[in-house]
Amino acid sequence: MSFKLEILWTDALIYLLLVVVALLVRHVRRHEHLMAPWRKVARSASGMAAATVLAFFVVIGLADSVHYRPAVEVRDGKTIYAVEVLSVFDKLTTKLRTQKAKTYSAPLATHRYAKETIELPDGLQVRDYPRLTYGGAHLADPATEWGPDIARRCLYGIAGGALIWLVVATLLCVVLARWDPADTGRMWRALRRGETEIPWRAILLTLAVVLAVGGPLVALAANYHVFGTDKVGQDVFYQALKSVRTGLVIGTLTTLVMLPFALALGVMAGYFKGWVDDVIQYLYTTLSSIPGVLLIAAAVLMMQVWIETHPELFDTVLARADLRLLFLCVILGITSWTGLARLLRGEALKLREMEYIQAAHAFAVPHFRILTRHILPNVMHIVLIAIVMDFSGLVLAEAVLSYVGVGVDPSTISFGTMINSARLEMAREPIVWWSLTAAFTFMLLLVLSANLFADAVRDAFDPRIRVGRSFRLAAQKA
Amino acid sequence: MSNARPLLSVRNLRTWLDAGDAVVRAVDGVSFEVHRGETFALVGESGCGKSMTALSIMRLLPDAGGIVGGSVELDGRDLLQLPESAMREVRGRRIGMIFQEPALSLNPVMTAGAQIAETLRRHTDLAGAALEERVQKLIEAVQIPDAARRRDEYPFQLSGGMKQRVMIAMALACDPELLIADEPTTAVDVTIQAQVLDLLRQLQRDRRMSMMLITHDLGVVAEMAHRVAVMYAGEIVETASREAFFARPAHPYSRRLFESLPTGAKRGAPLAAIPGTVPSLTRVFTGCRFADRCDSAWDLCHRVAPGWHGAGSGQMARCHLYAPGAKFKDDGGRMKAEVTTGDVGSHPSSFIPHPSVAATPLLAVRDLKVHFPVHKGLLRRVVAHVKAVDGVSLEIEAGRTLGLVGESGCGKTTVGKGILRLVEPTSGAVLFDGADLARLGRAELRPRRKDVQIIFQDPYASLNPRMRVMEALEEGMAALGIGAGREERQDRIDALLGDVGLARDLKFRYPHEFSGGQRQRVAIARALSVEPRLIICDEPTSALDVSVQAQILNLLKALQRKRGLAYLFITHNISVIEFLAHEVAVMYLGRIVERGSVEEVLAGPKHPYTRALLSAVPVMDPATKRNVIRLQGELPSPVSPPAGCHFHPRCPDAFARCREAYPDSARFTVSHSTACHLYAADAVKQKA
Repeated sequence: MSFKLEILWTDALIYLLLVVVALLVRHVRRHEHLMAPWRKVARSASGMAAATVLAFFVVIGLADSVHYRPAVEVRDGKTIYAVEVLSVFDKLTTKLRTQKAKTYSAPLATHRYAKETIELPDGLQVRDYPRLTYGGAHLADPATEWGPDIARRCLYGIAGGALIWLVVATLLCVVLARWDPADTGRMWRALRRGETEIPWRAILLTLAVVLAVGGPLVALAANYHVFGTDKVGQDVFYQALKSVRTGLVIGTLTTLVMLPFALALGVMAGYFKGWVDDVIQYLYTTLSSIPGVLLIAAAVLMMQVWIETHPELFDTVLARADLRLLFLCVILGITSWTGLARLLRGEALKLREMEYIQAAHAFAVPHFRILTRHILPNVMHIVLIAIVMDFSGLVLAEAVLSYVGVGVDPSTISFGTMINSARLEMAREPIVWWSLTAAFTFMLLLVLSANLFADAVRDAFDPRIRVGRSFRLAAQKA
Repeated sequence: MSNARPLLSVRNLRTWLDAGDAVVRAVDGVSFEVHRGETFALVGESGCGKSMTALSIMRLLPDAGGIVGGSVELDGRDLLQLPESAMREVRGRRIGMIFQEPALSLNPVMTAGAQIAETLRRHTDLAGAALEERVQKLIEAVQIPDAARRRDEYPFQLSGGMKQRVMIAMALACDPELLIADEPTTAVDVTIQAQVLDLLRQLQRDRRMSMMLITHDLGVVAEMAHRVAVMYAGEIVETASREAFFARPAHPYSRRLFESLPTGAKRGAPLAAIPGTVPSLTRVFTGCRFADRCDSAWDLCHRVAPGWHGAGSGQMARCHLYAPGAKFKDDGGRMKAEVTTGDVGSHPSSFIPHPSVAATPLLAVRDLKVHFPVHKGLLRRVVAHVKAVDGVSLEIEAGRTLGLVGESGCGKTTVGKGILRLVEPTSGAVLFDGADLARLGRAELRPRRKDVQIIFQDPYASLNPRMRVMEALEEGMAALGIGAGREERQDRIDALLGDVGLARDLKFRYPHEFSGGQRQRVAIARALSVEPRLIICDEPTSALDVSVQAQILNLLKALQRKRGLAYLFITHNISVIEFLAHEVAVMYLGRIVERGSVEEVLAGPKHPYTRALLSAVPVMDPATKRNVIRLQGELPSPVSPPAGCHFHPRCPDAFARCREAYPDSARFTVSHSTACHLYAADAVKQKA
């Protein structure tokens, strides 16, 4: 089946971000002094464990960022493409996406959550919990077969996960052994005892946990709604996975928008001092005294009106929702640069008195060159720390904004929209708890691993924090 | 004294530090004894492990450090075996400690009195009025004037010397038997140093206390110590009584240390700098640690670590030269050095690189003023001015060196920056080559930037850590359009590195891979890259060790001879001026109080401040009895300098007129003049 690649705005920016990151990695690898703090990050067990979890989220997010429109038919030699835009991730999870129930069903249920009048083949009507169209549909007698079926699938999942883990661990061992000449057996032992420089044991353990949980989830998801279904019968597991991309987009693209403001204004304020500093300080003091949510709400509502009055600009619903997501990033970025700018101003104030900058003045080096060659490289560690620390805050901010109703488009699946709809579900009787639980669990995992990773990065880059191992260890080594 | 059991006895102490990927053997088998009532000095360059030794005795090592062996016996009890709770009884009570940086050692939110009382409360039962009285007594004992008021003041209200006194009072609060002073005067000025050393000596004598003095300054050792131990690369290489040590240092390292000290007598020749740098303490040593830098080393020194050998009169050295049976090469190096210094000493002014033909000076500063406004209130009105530089005039001729001397805060650095327009002068003229640098616009100044360059004090802050040496050197050339293209500039960089004594391939390295001395060489090469005619040297050696300082001073001197450079050498170190400068100007509170040729000013100082400053410098030779002029108080604030002569509140010779008007300049010779009422034509009459 042919298809047409559809590059949404946020997709394009994510690709751009990937290119930037790739270039940065290349640059860092070539410079030993830039590499050194990253080595420290790589040595942090908690940081690398968090990175392992984050990697799963990133893979999901990236798979969800390659969009296309499948061809539906060929008419008069012209291919007609579907109105619906799909992503690679959607394609991989076609079953989850298309196998919809009619309305609420509990996690792993075989029957609906509410009673309904069912017409029996003989014309009689009874009120009962009807069977789900897909969830557990393969079971002839759910009452007896459900338990063993779930257990069996869980076991399959775990076995599959264990198999994958073994393959990964063995491959890693072989590669590592080849890298620094040692035999595979000894490398195995070093790995098991946690004696490798990069904490591979922590990474493998995390991987084992993720696979042990993920394997059964995947095995069950084929025939059950693992996290239940929502009001319109959509699989909650699918929604939670889709939300990951929204969270990642908000967390990363906002930074991309905010960075130029924070960098340029913060560094300029600190370096030039005088009236430049005054103007910039007044600007960010004013901006940070306006309640952020109010400012964002006003901007989002204005943008919403604009989008609605220009429907001709958007081919698809998704394109429209995507633009709104992008605007949300821009608005969040414009309102959130003040914190970093303040930090950078302070650092630039300190740096401008450094003797190498004085020496540059004595050479009549132009201001712009001093800013780019001397100040910027020396504040990059602060920028990096701020980026990773802000990420989780932004993911949470999106949830809050969407909950309030000024966040992403209602058709965009995000943690915020999931929580927003859960508001009503929590109020009904019997209570529908799984939407909120799923959103909460996934968001917690994402934010927690991002925070742990950010901690490791901060420890490595902050010159004031010296990560000292306990002395005894080194003494024994020597 | 020596027969009794020593108060402190350190045996084979070994302290290691974890530096991430390697273990630093900071203290590697150190043994010494401190007797009762004795001052024991531990001398060495930075990084030799002397502070780590002190911290090991107190068991106050940083987290990354640990004591791996040895014993520290205080009065027969091994401190290393004590539980932490018992150790707390020892610290502060039996052993007091003074640290280098008084500003960082006091808690900024506690008053001076409260901090002293804290120690007393911990170790004694004193309370209430008795405690108050004791605090008062202690503050008086450390000679803080106006003790009743000072005890209720916070550290920010106290000056540097005052803070150091409070620190001493805290250390002495419980009458410790041993006082460990870790570089107690390194962070303060010479005149304050003289006050603090006096105080320590007097307190030690009165209380019959033992003192362990840690310092890098041989002058301080000569003034204070009874016995001396020299540390090098984690071990003690020589112990001796003060008299023996200063009369005849035994270990080659000690000898070279003395030789590398700059003095006026060594002016004519380069200093005998110790080649190379202190070895990294992460490596394992097989032979003598000093062998690589020692000029009397032979193959045995590289193979076998020397043991302790007596060198006569109770002096001990860790050197194969003194092994019984070894051919006793007595003082070969020392004799040679004496010959050269003596030779030059007979005609000290023989070294004039470029005899000044032109009478017009290269740089003439006229009445330079740099005032910094003090803002206050909501509208940030200017309420006062910090008069950092208040009417300074000076001249430098091509190929000559002008030394600008003064204590910290006197404005000498601001003069240098004002000349370069790194800070904007308030008024005055900076005439260089016919143009007034102080009046030029940014664009007009640009082409003239190449003529005057600057070298800074801190070798760690003067190079951008993110730029390779090559890029740092190329920056100035690129900005000022020197060298046609990249290739030509690269050739010049290679030549420059050769000139400052660095290998060419070092240009691909980042600053963090260099030692302090090497960085300073790079900074010099950077200044030279645009071929300046005048270099402002802002304390370029004060952050360096003596042996490295000698290398840098030699380099500066050689460059001056080769390129005909003029230097404005800003420093607080008189002996460096003696060695390097042709003319000298003494600054006090934003103004020059005395100027003249080095011989005139240093041999016959006229201004009372110059005299006090010179007399406060510790003298190495214990034989010379000097009469130290004690200055009262400290440098006043440049926001509101005293009326009349700025120096009169501290001046021992002040009289009525000094309080009324700033003195005019009195001229003694063509070059020598001073601003003091004592020498005014009618002064004698007035005084009478």
